[in-house]
Amino acid sequence: MSGTIGFTLNGRPVTVSARADDALLAVLRGTLGLMATRFGCGAEACGACMVLVDGVPTNSCTLEIARLAGRDVVTAEGLGTADAPHPVQAALLDEQAGQCGYCLSGIQIAAAALLARNPDPARAEVAEALAGNFCRCGAHNRIIRAVQRAGRMMRGATP
Amino acid sequence: MNAPVLPASLRDNPRPAQWIGFEAEGRVRLATGKVELGQGILTALVQIAAEELRVPPARFRTVSGETDAAPEEGFTAGSQSVEASGGAIRQVAAEVRARVLAAAALRLNCAPSALEVADGRIVQDGAPTALDYWTLADAVDLERPAEGTAALTPPEAFRYIGAALPRVDLPGKVFGGGFIHDRVPDRLLHARALHRPWPGAVLGALDEATLSRVAGGPVGLVRLGDFAAVTAETEALAGRAHEAAEARAAWSGGSPRAPVPSEPLALVGAEATERLLDIPGRATAAPAVARIAARYLRPYLAHGSIAPSVALALWEDGRLTVETHSQGVGNLRIALAQALGIGTEAIIVRHRPGAGCYGHNGADDVALDAALVARARPGRWVRAQFTRAQELSVVPFGSAMVVDLAAELDAAGRPVSWAMEVFSGTHGQRPGHNGRMNLLAAEALAGAEPTPPAPDVPDAAGFGGLRNAVALYDLPPQRIMHHLVARPRLRTSSMRGLGTHGNVFALESFIDELALRAGEDPLAYRLSLLSDPRARRVLEAVAEMSGWAGRPAGGDGVGWGIAFSRYKNRAAYLAAVVELVAEETIALRRVWCAVDAGLVINPDGAANQIEGGVIQAASWTVKEEVRVDADGSLPASWEAYPILTFPEVPEVFVRFVGSAGDPSLGLGEAAVGPTAAAIGNAVAHALGVRVREMPLTRERVAAALLG
Repeated sequence: MSGTIGFTLNGRPVTVSARADDALLAVLRGTLGLMATRFGCGAEACGACMVLVDGVPTNSCTLEIARLAGRDVVTAEGLGTADAPHPVQAALLDEQAGQCGYCLSGIQIAAAALLARNPDPARAEVAEALAGNFCRCGAHNRIIRAVQRAGRMMRGATP
Repeated sequence: MNAPVLPASLRDNPRPAQWIGFEAEGRVRLATGKVELGQGILTALVQIAAEELRVPPARFRTVSGETDAAPEEGFTAGSQSVEASGGAIRQVAAEVRARVLAAAALRLNCAPSALEVADGRIVQDGAPTALDYWTLADAVDLERPAEGTAALTPPEAFRYIGAALPRVDLPGKVFGGGFIHDRVPDRLLHARALHRPWPGAVLGALDEATLSRVAGGPVGLVRLGDFAAVTAETEALAGRAHEAAEARAAWSGGSPRAPVPSEPLALVGAEATERLLDIPGRATAAPAVARIAARYLRPYLAHGSIAPSVALALWEDGRLTVETHSQGVGNLRIALAQALGIGTEAIIVRHRPGAGCYGHNGADDVALDAALVARARPGRWVRAQFTRAQELSVVPFGSAMVVDLAAELDAAGRPVSWAMEVFSGTHGQRPGHNGRMNLLAAEALAGAEPTPPAPDVPDAAGFGGLRNAVALYDLPPQRIMHHLVARPRLRTSSMRGLGTHGNVFALESFIDELALRAGEDPLAYRLSLLSDPRARRVLEAVAEMSGWAGRPAGGDGVGWGIAFSRYKNRAAYLAAVVELVAEETIALRRVWCAVDAGLVINPDGAANQIEGGVIQAASWTVKEEVRVDADGSLPASWEAYPILTFPEVPEVFVRFVGSAGDPSLGLGEAAVGPTAAAIGNAVAHALGVRVREMPLTRERVAAALLG
């Protein structure tokens, strides 16, 4: 059942040995040591494990690695770093949009995908785009403001 | 002169070196027994230390919740950390500064009053000297107990306290990593435990060979009585092995659960310890012309953390080291020692950040899982993690509650008698509470005694089931009966606010009912019964913020509700107004909160806590309910236990109206009661009928409309 699968991860080609039915999340954290993508429920319900697959926000907790051959995967690490943050990451810090922070990686992914297609979303549009991301601490309004702020940054408008 | 009274945490941990140290490269170590739960406490404590030491926050390194390296301060709970740890740190930091200035004065042959500190450097009459905290570190005795005599910085001189300092821990969490979940020591062994599906369940045989074959790799099994855990070299294999073990586990005996029509109502008439609380009140001569009574229900609630609980443990040469996201490392250490039959001196427990924590969740239980496996596999770090199903179904719940209220009214609609009855399971079964282990796996070990009924949280700690049962209004004597149910159907313990959610929902709904019956504005009615000026101020402020006077007439589906409480009757005052639309479902639109928390250390962090408390309580109030399913099971997925999602979240507006001259008041849990009641009152305003049972679901609203 084990085999070698190649795909693009955060802009670079990677090849991993894995069981075909290993979840992408397990490969990211266990094999590749990328810890931003987080386990929340294992049932595609909470969004803590979201990554972009060919630009589409996708829960990685049940996504079989075999289905990723040749595809493009971006994790929160691939969006930006502390030195070169993605506008969503910068805006989350600007708005202090988090409490425990466990949900924020998946939210970055969903928000980045939203802003890529709509850099000027209304509150309801942001909320709809984040409908699959749970936050238990109640930082929702700050997160929504941060996503809108990131959109303004991307449009070159005053944040 | 009387001896100064030290803050309690400083009395317990009197050596300044326990709190503060001057380290290489101009760093300051700040150690605290309180832990970061996502509430921003470390940032607030750094602000306090920075203020009194005159050192900018960026120089600090925090050590938090480590039994071998931080002061012991009990649980990080009950909205007490700023008051308790913050109070101690403020005093001890001021004293450290004074001792260093005294040492500097000797070196410089001047009076200490000629010296001050700026960014850690000693300044003499405004001019820099060659001395600083670090060069003087050896000349100052930080082992000598604090005396509590150092003068504190007055509020008008604050630079860091009261500023919206960004969270010190948030960048690490935004850019990946930073959680206990992310720790991968060398040769880590992954473990997943099986926990009893119902009390007293007996586990049948399991074997390693079958589990290894099904999971597709070598799997170990640790079996101790009715506790079992699988182990594997990778997390993925451990997960598959656990699934296989769950599927093959044959549970028998014990007390399986059966569904009941209403979990809260099952508390009424159950075996209970009863206690009457008589609260003095104003005498009244007005005759009673009417009596009204109402019953309010709250369901069992789940913590619903976004992450499953995790712990790491290493057993080496008879000594145990545990990493945990527990709220109380010292108490967990005691409970682990009991469970493992070893001395506490053989155990080190260190806090590491987990996902949001709102009370006694699974952190402690999974720590014992990890410790039990580590003892069976000595010399390796073991990482135990709950499944999502376990995170929702085996960790303690917030207790269901039934609250009955009755009042006799005079001709003006004011109470002339007041009686309340509260039925609830305990709100306090933390590890180490009352000398008990209260750890899940401990009860499944061979020879374990069944856990006896637990007492509730002591009155001095702000009550458990009776938290906020005493109304702050100018009422006749309040007669409050507490029925502490001995064996609630689910395992209950501390969850954000304890009894305050059920009690304030009931009290503030009832007050609203009295106002409507009197034909008065609910705000005006409350103010007519409220003489505490700080209570009046938050109500008046929230009315002004929200535009209460211009609210719609109600009855057409759009509703506005107001509610108030002072958390624990001694922490922050909070009044809330909720705007919602009640049609097929309840759509929350906006929530306003006015808060008096005295001196607010970090206004943005404090607002974040209030906002979060509003949203979490809103989720509890309109959506959440733990029920026993037809097959006897508890909710095991988010599908079975839905919480408020982004599109359902109201906008929240927070204003602090207290004075910086008043002592800091705990606020992390202040919003949950008023939010629940304001939602209930807004539903009543929107529809003209009242729903007295939480959660306020579509079915209950429809049933109320049908009458």
